[in-house]
Amino acid sequence: MTLSTELESTELGSTELGSTELESSGEAAPVAAARQDEGRGSGAVRGYGRFFASELRLVFRRRRNQLLLLVIFAFPVLIGIGLKIAAPHPNGGEGGGPQAFFNQLAGNGVFLTLIALQALLILVLPLVVAVVAGDSIAGEAGYGTLRYLLTRPAGRARLLSVKYLAIISYGLVATFIIAVTGLIVGVIFFPVGPVTLLSGTTVSLASGLLRVLWVTLYIAAAMAALGAIGLAISTLTEHAIGAIAAIMVLIVTSEVVDQVPQFSAIAPYLPTHWWDSFDSLLRSPIDTTTLLQGLLSFLVYAVLFCSFAWARFTTSDVTS
Amino acid sequence: MAGSSVIETTEGAAGEPAVSAQLAAGPLAIASSGLTKRFRGGQVAVDHVDLAVPEGCVYGFLGPNGSGKTTTIRMLLGLAFPTAGTAAILGTPMPNGSASVLHRVGSLVEGPAFFPFLSGWENLARCDAADQSADPRTAKARIGGALERVGLTAAARKRYRNYSLGMKQRLAIAAALLRPRDLVILDEPTNGLDPQGTREVRSLVRQIAADGITVFVSSHLLAEVEQVCSHVGVMRGGQLVFQGSLDGLRHTQASRIRVRSGDLEAAATVFAKLGLADPDITDDAITAELGSADPELITAELVHAGVGVRELVVQTPSLEDLFVGLTGEGFDVEH
Repeated sequence: MTLSTELESTELGSTELGSTELESSGEAAPVAAARQDEGRGSGAVRGYGRFFASELRLVFRRRRNQLLLLVIFAFPVLIGIGLKIAAPHPNGGEGGGPQAFFNQLAGNGVFLTLIALQALLILVLPLVVAVVAGDSIAGEAGYGTLRYLLTRPAGRARLLSVKYLAIISYGLVATFIIAVTGLIVGVIFFPVGPVTLLSGTTVSLASGLLRVLWVTLYIAAAMAALGAIGLAISTLTEHAIGAIAAIMVLIVTSEVVDQVPQFSAIAPYLPTHWWDSFDSLLRSPIDTTTLLQGLLSFLVYAVLFCSFAWARFTTSDVTS
Repeated sequence: MAGSSVIETTEGAAGEPAVSAQLAAGPLAIASSGLTKRFRGGQVAVDHVDLAVPEGCVYGFLGPNGSGKTTTIRMLLGLAFPTAGTAAILGTPMPNGSASVLHRVGSLVEGPAFFPFLSGWENLARCDAADQSADPRTAKARIGGALERVGLTAAARKRYRNYSLGMKQRLAIAAALLRPRDLVILDEPTNGLDPQGTREVRSLVRQIAADGITVFVSSHLLAEVEQVCSHVGVMRGGQLVFQGSLDGLRHTQASRIRVRSGDLEAAATVFAKLGLADPDITDDAITAELGSADPELITAELVHAGVGVRELVVQTPSLEDLFVGLTGEGFDVEH
């Protein structure tokens, strides 16, 4: 939320318009872009940075996207309050999964972050990412702004990459909002100290927090892969809501199929299969095999669907 | 006939573009040859169109709704890919040259489209940020200048949602003028505007043209084109059925002289003596093709022959007559 409000104030600053300001052309309009690109290489890079900054501003300034982040923010708070009232009893950390996190929470507030991440990862976080990803190209087509971007010219591949970077950024911000809010609420409501991992080993608080950071980044990577799928679907339609719905259907189907034992052979290839493998980071030693398989799966999905989006978007007529 | 700039394109004239290019003097801002768009359903929206738009002219792209004007424009701008044929704007082939030439082209395609939740200024800032080669240091001045040019400075901070239709249209024109352009393509710029707005757009087009910028403006409104254009292209069912100067279009149908008189027989004799073609006697008047004859001379001859002239009119077909004649839709207005 901090980020979005900051961007908003920047934007408001640049929109201050008076006849006197029209004369002062020395200052570049998008302050953020200028700041970001100061003293950097060629004009192309500068132009790209400016386009990306403008896209970020658009994504984070939209009331709808801000509300979604607000929802994301509210969840860890509500979960924290709920669990404080329910007051779970500490019975040691056996096994894995959500039960293990719940059991640990009473002893350590850090675990609220993990509980919140795991709870939101099932539906809410993917939904939030799907909204922005599904809207990326289809939304522009629906408003008709796509044709005006392309005749600027924005460049089709260039526009697609800016859109994808904005989706990744939004997913990253959403994931970190859950993590940071969970941590703050956890620290307020529960005791904080050395972290007992799922494997039973206890590590220092700093080391535990570092692992929480890695977990957050791992989930952000999962959302980036989902974003690529969303981007690809978004190039197929002029109706953002249709694209968003399609992405959600895909997620839920994948999650359901992943739960059916008969489909275990294809389970590792499902887009959602590796999402909750972040618990590998909470063992000692870290289960790097699972972790790398998960990251590889995300990478393959991202490359595959970005390629599809590119192939589709650079060769199709813009008729909206 | 009004000379060399008249080009009659023939059906399926894949081999003819050389003629178009040769007839139009000087470099072309827009040139296409055999440009064709066939939609997936098999419908041919644009059929072998050979455009030749000379640099510096105001070119009216006429045609009824659904005649393929917008699809042609989309192909020129690289938004749609042609099924066959080639197109070039400012000498650069499209759609491959999009990145290198489109920044010199301002365009308005099928009405304005902006984000309703952003202000006019913010929408233009976004357009400018998307431009690969726009200079960010001059962005503020350019956006302010474009808004001022279309008279939207006072509404710059207002959300686009609250703009009137005319303001939306003007914002789209401002977006087309964000950078100095060599060519401006306006697709139906007066669509949905009230007479006031129409006049504003027309005067904007004149201003743009006065700066030496080539203007390509599509319209189904003849009055528009007649008032601002020097050249016209007429589309019918996906084909370019006429292309040339406005005068050239006027001369495709011969002017006729019409004389009302009590003595039509005598008048007919005078017409025959002067060699006027296609004489036609109606109730109280005689008409004939004027050809190269001088109306003053005809008047003198009639008077000389003692024919009492009640009325003598040179009938030039209106652009609307020509347009309907070319596009063939509906009915013949003359009868």
